[in-house]
Amino acid sequence: MGLLTWTWLLVGLTFALYIGIAIWARAASSKEFYVAGGGVPPILNGMATAADWMSAASFISLAGIVSFTGYDGSVYLMGWTGGYVLLALLLAPYLRKFGKFTVPDFIGDRYYSNIARTVAVIAALIVSFTYIAGQMRGVGIVFSRYLEVNINTGVYIGMAIVLFYAVLGGMKGITYTQVAQYCVLIFAFMVPAIFISIQMTGNPIPQLGFGGMDSDGVYLLDKLDGLQRELGFHEYTSGAKPMTDVIAITLALMVGTAGLPHVIVRFFTVPKVRDARKSAGWALLFIAILYTTVPAVAVFARTNLIETVSDRPYEQLPQWFKNWETTGLLKYQDKNHDGRVQYLADASKNELSIDRDIMVLANPEIARLPNWVIALVGAGGLAAALSTAAGLLLVIASSISHDLIKKMIKPDITERNELVIARISSVAAVLVAGYFGINPPGFVAAVVALAFGLAAASFFPAIVLGIFDKRMNKEGAVAGMIVGLSFMLWYMLKFKFGLFDGGKSAVAALRSQWWFGISPEGFGSIAMIANFIVSLAVSRFTPPPPPKIRSLVENIRIPSGAGRATTH
Amino acid sequence: MPSKKDISKAYWRENIKYLILLLSIWFVVSFLLGIVWVESLNKIRIGGFKLGFWIAQQGSMYVFVVLIFIYVRLMNKLDAKYGYSSED
Repeated sequence: MGLLTWTWLLVGLTFALYIGIAIWARAASSKEFYVAGGGVPPILNGMATAADWMSAASFISLAGIVSFTGYDGSVYLMGWTGGYVLLALLLAPYLRKFGKFTVPDFIGDRYYSNIARTVAVIAALIVSFTYIAGQMRGVGIVFSRYLEVNINTGVYIGMAIVLFYAVLGGMKGITYTQVAQYCVLIFAFMVPAIFISIQMTGNPIPQLGFGGMDSDGVYLLDKLDGLQRELGFHEYTSGAKPMTDVIAITLALMVGTAGLPHVIVRFFTVPKVRDARKSAGWALLFIAILYTTVPAVAVFARTNLIETVSDRPYEQLPQWFKNWETTGLLKYQDKNHDGRVQYLADASKNELSIDRDIMVLANPEIARLPNWVIALVGAGGLAAALSTAAGLLLVIASSISHDLIKKMIKPDITERNELVIARISSVAAVLVAGYFGINPPGFVAAVVALAFGLAAASFFPAIVLGIFDKRMNKEGAVAGMIVGLSFMLWYMLKFKFGLFDGGKSAVAALRSQWWFGISPEGFGSIAMIANFIVSLAVSRFTPPPPPKIRSLVENIRIPSGAGRATTH
Repeated sequence: MPSKKDISKAYWRENIKYLILLLSIWFVVSFLLGIVWVESLNKIRIGGFKLGFWIAQQGSMYVFVVLIFIYVRLMNKLDAKYGYSSED
């Protein structure tokens, strides 16, 4: 069978599976819609969290990023997994004990203030919308490359599928489709990795394989370090970024992960506090299966690519090179007119530009794997993008129907009507996300990375202090969130978009002014620290929280009596 | 008989002790071994891996997973000790 047939077959089968699950897991009550009735077993919730968390970026782009940056790519590997330790130890069990449905619920109740709730809703919406636009775009890209349809058609198909199961099933439908999507995406990621590992090192376990030797008896990593040096790049196993920035980015990503509303809300869906802890462990285990494979794929892909193309005559390059050239992901420009491909660190002599996404998308072709494996990668990429999009969609829908309408505008709304509004808001959210997928604002890619900084600067301190500091009051929390959020936004606008210095063209020149050499991506850690300091200082000079809140905090600190359902 | 409040206070203190211990390991592995000391650790080799590089791209993630499961175990024991595990 040809590649296209295989791809349609696998994508069709997986989509039918998702729709089948959605019909089976319809949500009947608002509790089922928001938190799947609070009855998801921890291991399944772990899988769903893993799929929710691993986006198109994790699946498609991460290996490419690590491939091009070597050691420096560790910031993403450690940052996006280490956050789960914080989540499991500092947030998940207490938020589960608190019950309720959303992150703004916690912030609003704990800080006895609708201002705090509003700030939280706004932050949740900013973070979720920037993130979801990237997912819809990812769906479109996978469709256009694998199924040879127009990117926009791909976005429409993706929208229709997500709409179907998110609106029908709410959190319940999303959870069980995410379990299926996790299985699809992990299979799709591991199969090519295992094949390539066997091909290159003879070891079927990629995590061990990339520390092994190739057929010449040279350690793969030493060989790659050598190739990189020859071509003028920095050594693969050592970094080029300054250490302060590496620390700042890692911390910002960790804390940001722990503060992302669509991840946090997954821990509201398990029955008990002890399940929330366990579920975080399962989630990280399932994530780590992919994340520990990523650096192996990165090394295989980079070595393979350099050996296949570097200094080879252009005419003799394999067919995949031409295929990917037509998509614009590979560009060859024969600067010295010798008909060979010079791939070098020196930009004036380099003739090859490579999009990082190709490292996962084209890797199976580069390694000459069978068509069904290549098609599988397409289905896996779609699973990753759709599962994350659906999770974000739910956060947006519940922010509107629950936090805004039920909690603030119309508290006497009936359960039935709340559910209707939740469904209408998810339709609206899909339409907005689809619009951004079709007309991607140029800043999407940049902003997705910064969404972590925003989450780190706003939610994380407010939630942690809400649990661990009984004296924390609304004045402190609101001041901290506003300072953290605006500090982060300001740094981002100044150094990422050059807003105050004449636009994008000024960005490169501003690098030397970075505070302590910290990039906008890493600044979330500084903004988070600012949030903590402001919150603590302000709270000590303003009235303590009412006794009712103190007993609420005492109550969430002990695990018993979480209740199967939340009562409101 | 200690009061309900004393019990919950003692529980919380032990919980915080565990958190400090586990988060210290989390910090040392990721920020010290994986970043600050990575160059010196890279002088040690395990097979084809330089140790610092391996910790940053493999080892740290294994440690994170193990840390959470240790936490789950410790807390389940703690819950039982203070009589918080039987209730729903």
